[in-house]
Amino acid sequence: MSTLEIKDLNASVLLDDENSKQILKGVNITINSGEVHAIMGPNGSGKSTLASTIAGHPKFRVDSGEVLLDGENVLEMSVDERARAGLFLAMQYPVEIPGVTTSNFLRSAKTAIDGEAPSLRTWTKDVKAVAEQLKMDPTMIQRNVNEGFSGGEKKRMEIMQLELLRPKMALLDETDSGLDVDALRVVSDGVNRAKEENDLGVMLITHYNRILRYIKPDFVHVFNDGRIVEQGGPELAVTLEEEGYDKYVAAAR
Amino acid sequence: MADTSNTATTDTAESPVTEQPGTTTAEENLVEGVRTDEARVAIPGMTQEGEKLATEHSAQAQDGEVEVSVAKKPAGNSRAERTASYDLADFPELTGREEDFRFTPLKRLKGLHAGELTGAAPAVTVSGPDLVTVETVGREDPRVGAAGIPEDRLSANAWAHFREATVVTIPQEAEVDETISVEIEGTHTEAAAQHVIVEAKPFSKARVVLRHSGTAVVSQNIEFIVGDSAQLTVVSLQEWQDEGTAHASAQHGKLGRDAHFKHVSVNLGGDIVRVTPAVRYTGPGGSVEMYGLTFVDDGQHLESRLFVDHSQPNCVSRVSYKSALQGRAAHGVWVGDVLIRPEAEGTDTYELNRNLILNDGPRMDSIPNLEIETGLIEGAGHASTTGQLDAEHLYYLMSRGIPEVEARRLVVRGFLFEILQQIEDEGIEARLRDVVEAELSNADH
Repeated sequence: MSTLEIKDLNASVLLDDENSKQILKGVNITINSGEVHAIMGPNGSGKSTLASTIAGHPKFRVDSGEVLLDGENVLEMSVDERARAGLFLAMQYPVEIPGVTTSNFLRSAKTAIDGEAPSLRTWTKDVKAVAEQLKMDPTMIQRNVNEGFSGGEKKRMEIMQLELLRPKMALLDETDSGLDVDALRVVSDGVNRAKEENDLGVMLITHYNRILRYIKPDFVHVFNDGRIVEQGGPELAVTLEEEGYDKYVAAAR
Repeated sequence: MADTSNTATTDTAESPVTEQPGTTTAEENLVEGVRTDEARVAIPGMTQEGEKLATEHSAQAQDGEVEVSVAKKPAGNSRAERTASYDLADFPELTGREEDFRFTPLKRLKGLHAGELTGAAPAVTVSGPDLVTVETVGREDPRVGAAGIPEDRLSANAWAHFREATVVTIPQEAEVDETISVEIEGTHTEAAAQHVIVEAKPFSKARVVLRHSGTAVVSQNIEFIVGDSAQLTVVSLQEWQDEGTAHASAQHGKLGRDAHFKHVSVNLGGDIVRVTPAVRYTGPGGSVEMYGLTFVDDGQHLESRLFVDHSQPNCVSRVSYKSALQGRAAHGVWVGDVLIRPEAEGTDTYELNRNLILNDGPRMDSIPNLEIETGLIEGAGHASTTGQLDAEHLYYLMSRGIPEVEARRLVVRGFLFEILQQIEDEGIEARLRDVVEAELSNADH
C-alpha cells in the first residue's frame, strides 16, 4: 500500500535564464494504491505542469509545497531517484532517442529500477508478452527508442514501460490524445492490467471523458488556473462532458 | 563553456525558397512560361554563362521542379575554381592562410606539405577472396590518376613522391561477400608518400576496409574507380597511435553510370589526421553515401574535408558525419563542399554534420558549403549542429530510473554507434565499439 501526497504545491515554468511564470497555485491531492484519480481541465490550466513537476522536469521550479511518496519527500530526489522510488510518468510527447535501441533502453531501465539485471529468459518473454497484448509490432524492439514511431506507437511504448517497470504510482499525461478508438482500448487495457497486477495508483490527466469509459476513475478533480476547483466521483466526468469547462473558466476570471 | 566556434544550427531545407528581393518578377520576360531575362537558370538545352556562381537570384520553378536560391559567394571562392593538378609546382607553398588550410596546424604535419617524402611507405597487406587481384605497379600504370587528381598541396606532394602503387581489383560482375581487408601499418616517422588504387569493375559488388595502424608520417592518395553499375563500400579506419603520427589522406572516388559508392571514414588515432574524400560522377544515375565518425581527444587535430562534385544529371549524394570531442586542445574540423554544376540537373543532395562536445576544452569547426549552379534539381540541403548532450534525451532516460551517468553513456553511444552501423560488418563494428568505449571511459562518459 502506497500513498502519493501532494500538499499545497506551487510551481513555475522557467521561460529563460531570468524569467519564470507561476503555473501551479496550491495543488492538494492524495492518491492511494489502487485508486484512479482523473485530473480534468481545459487546455493551459496546468495539468501537464503538475505531472512534469512531480516527475522532476528541469523546466519547472517548485516554489513551495510538498510531494511525498510513502512519506519520502520526492522533491528532494533527482529525476532517476524519483523513478526508482516508484513514480512513473507516461509522457504526452515522448522524445526520439537516436542510436539507443528500445531493447537496450528497456533492459537498462529495468535493471536500474530493480537494482539488478532481469533474468534474460523471463525478461525476453515478458517483453514479448506485453508487446503482444499492446498489439505492437515485435520488431520495434530492435528500433531506436521512439524513432519513427507514430503517435499511437509512442503512447503504446509508454504503457509498455508502465507494465514492465511496475511502478507504485503512475502519472498519465494525456495518454489518450491522438489515439483512435482501437488504440485507446488497447492502451486502457494495459493501464487496467498494471493496476490489477501491481495495485497501481493512477493520476490520469485528460481533457476528455472518452478514456474514462475504459479506465474507471474513483475520483475526478477539475483543474483550472493551476489549482483544483472541484472534486467528485465518476459522475462529475459525465457532467463535464455535457457542460464543458466554461463555468470554471469564467469563475477564474 | 566549451569553445565551439560554430554553434549555430543551419538548415537549408529542400522546400521552395521565396524569391529574393531585387530580382525580376515572374510575370516579366516570360516566353511560354520560361524566363528569358538574366535571372533565368538552367533553361533546358542552354548553359549558364561561365562556371562560377552567378549573382544572388532564385531559380524559377518549372514543371513543378524545386525552386532553389543560389547563395552569393565572393568571386574566386567557388570550389569549381580550385586548382587541380598532378604537378606539385602548380601549388604554391603553404602559409597556413589558405582557405583550405586555415584550420590545419602546418607545423605538426612534419613536412608532409613541403618536404621530400622519401621515407618508406607504410606496409600494405591485402587479404580477401582469390578472385580479387592485388598488384604493385609503377607510376606509369594507366590506372594511376584514373579516379583522382590532387586538389591541395599535401595530395600533390604525395603524388610527386610515391614510387609504386598498390592496385586492388574486383573483377567485372563479381559479387564479393567477404570483406576485403587492406591493412596499412606504419613503423617509423620518416615522411613518406603512398598510393593505393581500388578498382571495382562494372557490375561488381564489394566492401573494402582500409585500416591504418601503427605510427607514420605519411601523405596518401587513394583512388576508387567505381565502374558502371558497380557497388563499392569503402571503410577507411584511422586507428594510428596518437603519438607522432601525421596523416594526410586524399581519397578520390570516381563513379560510372548508375554506380553506388559508400564511403565510411572513422577517425580515432593520430596526432594530426586530415582526410579529404572527394567524389566525382562520370555518368548519370550515380549515388554516393558518405559517413564519418571522428573521436577527438586531448591535443588531437582530426580534420575531414569532403567534396562532392555533381557534374552529371540525376545523381544523388548523402553525407552524414558525426564527431565527439573531449579534452583540452582537442580540435575537430569538418568542411563539406557540395557543388552542383549547371549540367547536373535532377541532383538530390543533403549533408549533415553533428558534433557532440563532451566536456570543457575542445574546439570544433563545422562548415557546410553548398554551391548550386542550376535550379533544376530535386533537392539540396545541409545541416550542422555542435553542442552538448540533449537535455530532453537525458530527462527521458532518467525518468525511467536510469542514473544520469548511465543515461549519458547511452545517449553518447547511441549518437556515435549510429555511424558504425553503416559499416555492415558486425566483427568490425564490434571491435570499433570497444575502441570508442575505451576512449569514452577515459573521461568518465
